[in-house]
Amino acid sequence: MGRVSHADESTVVVEMRNIVKKFGDFTANDHIQLTVHKGEVHAILGENGAGKSTMMNVLCGLYKPTAGEIFINGKQVNFNSPKDSIDMGIGMVHQHFMLIQPFTVTDNIILGMEPVKGLVVDKETAKARILELSAKYNMSIDPDAKIEDISVGMQQRVEILKVLYRGADVLILDEPTASLTPQEIEGLLEIIENLTADGKSVILITHKLKEITASSDKCTIIRQGKYIDTVSVKDVNESDLAAMMVGRDVNFKVEKKPQEPGEAVLEVEGIRARDYRGVEILKGLDLTVRKGEIVGLAGVDGNGQTELVEILTGLRKAESGKVSILGKDVFNRTPKETFDAGISSIPADRQKHGLILEFSNEDNMILQHYNEAPFARKGILNRKEIREHATALMEKFDIRPRGTEGNPAGTLSGGNQQKVIIAREITNDKELLIAVNPTRGLDVGAIEFVHKYLVEQRNNNRAVLLVSFELDEIMSLSDRIEVISGGIITGSVTGEEIANHETDEKELGFLMAGGKRT
Amino acid sequence: MKKIKNILETNVLYTLIAIVIGFVIGALFLAVAGISPGAAYAKLIDGVFGRPKYLVWTMVYGSPLIFTGLSVAFSLRTGVFNIGAEGQFVVGSLAACAVGILVQAPPVIHALLCILAAALAGFLWSYLVGLMKVKRGIHEVLSYIMFNWIAFYLSNYMVNTELLHKEGDGEATKNVLDSARILFPEGILKVLDCSGANWGFLLAIITAVAMWIIIEKTTLGYRLKAVGFNKEAAKFGGINADKSILTALGISGALAGVGGAVQLLGMGARISQFAGQEGYGFQGITVALIAGSNPIGCIFSGIFYGAMKYGGSKLTMVGAPEEVIDIIMGCVIIFIAISQVFKALFKKTVKGKESK
Repeated sequence: MGRVSHADESTVVVEMRNIVKKFGDFTANDHIQLTVHKGEVHAILGENGAGKSTMMNVLCGLYKPTAGEIFINGKQVNFNSPKDSIDMGIGMVHQHFMLIQPFTVTDNIILGMEPVKGLVVDKETAKARILELSAKYNMSIDPDAKIEDISVGMQQRVEILKVLYRGADVLILDEPTASLTPQEIEGLLEIIENLTADGKSVILITHKLKEITASSDKCTIIRQGKYIDTVSVKDVNESDLAAMMVGRDVNFKVEKKPQEPGEAVLEVEGIRARDYRGVEILKGLDLTVRKGEIVGLAGVDGNGQTELVEILTGLRKAESGKVSILGKDVFNRTPKETFDAGISSIPADRQKHGLILEFSNEDNMILQHYNEAPFARKGILNRKEIREHATALMEKFDIRPRGTEGNPAGTLSGGNQQKVIIAREITNDKELLIAVNPTRGLDVGAIEFVHKYLVEQRNNNRAVLLVSFELDEIMSLSDRIEVISGGIITGSVTGEEIANHETDEKELGFLMAGGKRT
Repeated sequence: MKKIKNILETNVLYTLIAIVIGFVIGALFLAVAGISPGAAYAKLIDGVFGRPKYLVWTMVYGSPLIFTGLSVAFSLRTGVFNIGAEGQFVVGSLAACAVGILVQAPPVIHALLCILAAALAGFLWSYLVGLMKVKRGIHEVLSYIMFNWIAFYLSNYMVNTELLHKEGDGEATKNVLDSARILFPEGILKVLDCSGANWGFLLAIITAVAMWIIIEKTTLGYRLKAVGFNKEAAKFGGINADKSILTALGISGALAGVGGAVQLLGMGARISQFAGQEGYGFQGITVALIAGSNPIGCIFSGIFYGAMKYGGSKLTMVGAPEEVIDIIMGCVIIFIAISQVFKALFKKTVKGKESK
């Protein structure tokens, strides 16, 4: 990988010994160990809900451990609040950013510790300090930009600068790549490298194996709250890590029997649409998805795929074009009409479109069917049927923890929230399933599982449109890949070409950037 | 230990604490004003519990408040904030008054017609605000407050029209016809020794239960809550969000409107020209907040507010100003609003003891 390790094995900066954290009867952390050295990138690997976040929340002072000891720079500490941990040089960048949207970058970074001159905030000093930090670690940023105007990758930089500004020597990054584009991920890895070169330590919570091998020195694996092992990343490969994480061998290769696609299910012709700024984002796009095939729509974020899916699912109106399902016109219909016509979808933003977080899991599972038998009769909900339906789905789709049918969906881990949506949409069993980044934020065990279900839909002669920023996913699942760039399809790759290695990520990347096949 | 923890989790406890603190602060104000808090509170308690008929009066005072409380609670549960219950209460009362004066009908039917008219008036008053929200994106809180004043002046105007104004001097309407009143029969009134005892309380309880069923058990409630919590996800799921918002606001308005009818047909029998907003709608906000937006809870918090209003009206007898009730209720709301702070504090203390 060519990365240089900056780890100094002689200096231990963080040590967690036998950490136990219980919530009621539930043990989230069961004797966890962690040792982080100066300048080290230490990955924490575990499935969704394995207890990674709990462990880090203990380290950053949000939770008090039920038992166990924490040492920072060799000194035993007892954190009563996040402030105590910040004072000891530990800074956490949360998965869901905690930024105030209408405030500027500078305002957000200095929030709570504003330098003052007399009675006013000394913004100039703050700005100078921020620019100094951003130059030091090579993360350029506009200190006067408002958060709402900058990209997700930039917002993450603000979060990192925020903890650096507070003097952090140990940075905890919780699922930092979950919402980044591939380019942004590369940028982040560079930043991590710069930080460790300066002697900072980075704890990386992730379940993306590739990023661990690309960035980390050490990796601590936890499974169902228990400590499994700490390994040197250079001594293991991705399969080893995956096996340790889920406790069994993981099949990365998607098993797919050959199958001839049938008649066209989704036909899109000449779709044109504008985005919220009035800029034309779809410029006459054509697309066909047939029975029994998975069509992968590959493209860099912002080239019209989001808008296309919104149009297909009735959330957005197109200006012109044609959309039909099995010959039936569904152009510019309501979400209900497109659903009834045979389109179900796994939306990109699970918390915005996919789930009502305040609703119970069982209520989320009947979102499109709440007023149909057996869940309701004559306007009265049948709670018993709804509960049984949810219990069955939780069992079948391995949604954890069990017995949470009546709990708000917002209390599940991200991966399990996604499983609730997938369970719902796949059991809708419509002619066409649209899946947008269906495995974003999921661990390998869950990814394997989602992929299995997508292939099962295809094998059952359903049409599947897979929109994903993960090229690996597109390449391993698709029977055909369509590349979208600048609002039109710029290239097409058949499954045979993928299987026979006549194309690769490089060529797809080239097409995605607007290049033409030769 | 577990039991203690469970108790610390429930909101009822914090509501009760907030009420106690409200009374303590009210006592401070009384003491500062040179009035013995003991005497004032003794009067308040005696004024509510002293005789059976006082309790009946408490119910009578509480009934319209249960309705406006339900109105606000229903709106909060469906993701909007009906701060316009005041206006809907006024138009409901006005509509009931007009039907009660101008229409001739047999007893029970006449009263039902009045209540129906009030529900319709409240529904429309709120629905209009909903339309502006859905079609033009105007925030409901703004338009509700303006609609409160429109209702206020509309009522004052109508009171003085020839159609409704009573004969002779005075700034009030005629009394509604006896057939429109919802008082208990003469015999029961005598037994209860309360001239204002009426069916309103029973109606309020039935309505509260109905609202609870709608919110918790029906597809309508599912739809309204879904849109209230997450409009985008509801839309994605095929629910017509605009229609749901209009329905929610309409129902909420109808509830406040019926509250107006219950007050009019049960107690006042006529509408007087207002000098200022009467506050039934705003008090409904307090009722809903104390109830934690739970319809069944609204019954109890409505009675509580009713008791405070009725008992408070007697405070002048011991030289204490009635306004002390407003101070107490205000403090209760503040402390309910910050009850999460208490919750965290209590839990910490319990935890601290545990670890020792």
